[in-house]
Amino acid sequence: MSGHKKPEADRRFARFGTVSFTATSKVNDFIDYLEDGQVCGTKCRTCGAVFFPPRAQCFKCRDQAAIEWFQVSGSGKLATFSELKYAPTGFGGDLPYAIAVLDMGEYKLFGRIGYVPLDEVRVGMELVPQAHQLPDGQIIYVFNRP
Amino acid sequence: MSKVAIIGVGQSSFVRGYPGSIRELAFEAYTEAMNDAELSNEQIGATIVCSAPEYDKQRSPAGVIAEYCGLNPQPTFYTESLCCSSTTGLRLAHAMVSGGMHESVMVLGFQKMSEITSAESQERMGRGADIQWESPFGTMMPAYYAMFAQGYLSQYGASEEDLALIRVKAATYGQLNERAVYRKPVELAQCLSADPVASPLKVFDCCANADGSSCIIVAGEDKVKQWGIKQPVWIKGIGSASAPVNLALRESFSSFAAATEAGRQAYAMAGIGPRDIDVAEVHDCFTIAEMLAYEDLGFAPRGGGPELIRAKQTYKDGSIPVNVDGGLLSKGHPIGATGGSQIRTIVLQLRGKAGDIQVKNPEFGLVHNMGGVGIYGNVVILGS
Ligand SMILES: [Zn+2]
Repeated sequence: MSGHKKPEADRRFARFGTVSFTATSKVNDFIDYLEDGQVCGTKCRTCGAVFFPPRAQCFKCRDQAAIEWFQVSGSGKLATFSELKYAPTGFGGDLPYAIAVLDMGEYKLFGRIGYVPLDEVRVGMELVPQAHQLPDGQIIYVFNRP
Repeated sequence: MSKVAIIGVGQSSFVRGYPGSIRELAFEAYTEAMNDAELSNEQIGATIVCSAPEYDKQRSPAGVIAEYCGLNPQPTFYTESLCCSSTTGLRLAHAMVSGGMHESVMVLGFQKMSEITSAESQERMGRGADIQWESPFGTMMPAYYAMFAQGYLSQYGASEEDLALIRVKAATYGQLNERAVYRKPVELAQCLSADPVASPLKVFDCCANADGSSCIIVAGEDKVKQWGIKQPVWIKGIGSASAPVNLALRESFSSFAAATEAGRQAYAMAGIGPRDIDVAEVHDCFTIAEMLAYEDLGFAPRGGGPELIRAKQTYKDGSIPVNVDGGLLSKGHPIGATGGSQIRTIVLQLRGKAGDIQVKNPEFGLVHNMGGVGIYGNVVILGS
């Protein structure tokens, strides 16, 4: 029909996690920041709302143009966690591992415990989120001791 | 809003590997509810079919099931809110009848969890919540509930034994329920020494998958009179709420805001409080879920749940009997059918027809049914 080429899809988000279920998002820059060692959230310049997980669209003021990135810094308190003995398809090689929520005060992060031995993990302990490259080129963030 | 009654209830046995198709499974609950209400198909104004679609091979099951049950040409449609799909169906049915759109509505919930292979189920399990921001870390339903268990135990100094006591109670009554999938007794020591699934939850803290169906028929006050319904059970209060999917956006890991809010709405509409409830069915897909329900519904103060179960107050002869049909822990949890099964148990209790598990002269009964890990919450208060 026409000679138009389909625009090349931006599939950066397919690199997020051991297995990613989302290839394309308006916040694909998250992956580039993670590559540079930064875990980033977003902030709405119009109304000041802070978002983690990051989002490109503000539901508070419905502004889509004024979203900016900020780096998650400092440590948070472990709000809760669980160590898995079984894993869904694609995650078996990671066992045993623990998923967790880290409370940074103004916002929280859902993620994974990093290099902390699982028998030393306690609710309330101080941890910092860090970017983490997986051997196959995938990338995530994990919670480690400061 | 005009009054709405439940006039017929039905439920299939909850089993592993139902030897039939989904339409045949749904038919079992349909036929029991129709016989219970003594109705013919022309008296049903509309059908709401409820399941969780990730387990269905059939696309748009409402059409197939309405056809098989002979419910054409009445309107039929599908609703889904994970594990509380059929109480969401009941909410819609209530709105349609009280608003005058239909004089009677059938809510038909089903799930044939064995429809897909365990490998398919293993794959779907990982996509149970926020697939963009949670699933890439390797999540599973038991681990999400385990995070609430960890949060709860840490906050209130409760123990894994307190959770196990809930399973022991469930098994006490599951043995009496001929339609339950798990009917063996369970000892406390057995719970505590069982294999871990996702810390701190172990095998006996988790309910089993099952295939099953449930059917609830509702009608307005005029039809209840005109049709000579002998023991209508009235919907006194019905509340519903939602909470963020992603746990990063939750305020608490020791309560479910959606359950608390749905309960508040239901109590307000019924004009009663937690102390007025004589018997309850709560969503115990995991032991921690029942513990949180005690507190979210006001049966115990915050942190007071362990004391309630230690004192056996939620047993049949206690101050607030909970899940005396064995709960999901014993019955099994065929997702789309679960809420309707809970409703049926309370309807039988309020009619005084609950058999071995009948509590003494109940006036008000409550159903608490949750979808996902506290994403969707429905609370229904019924009265005789
Ligand atoms: Zn804004």
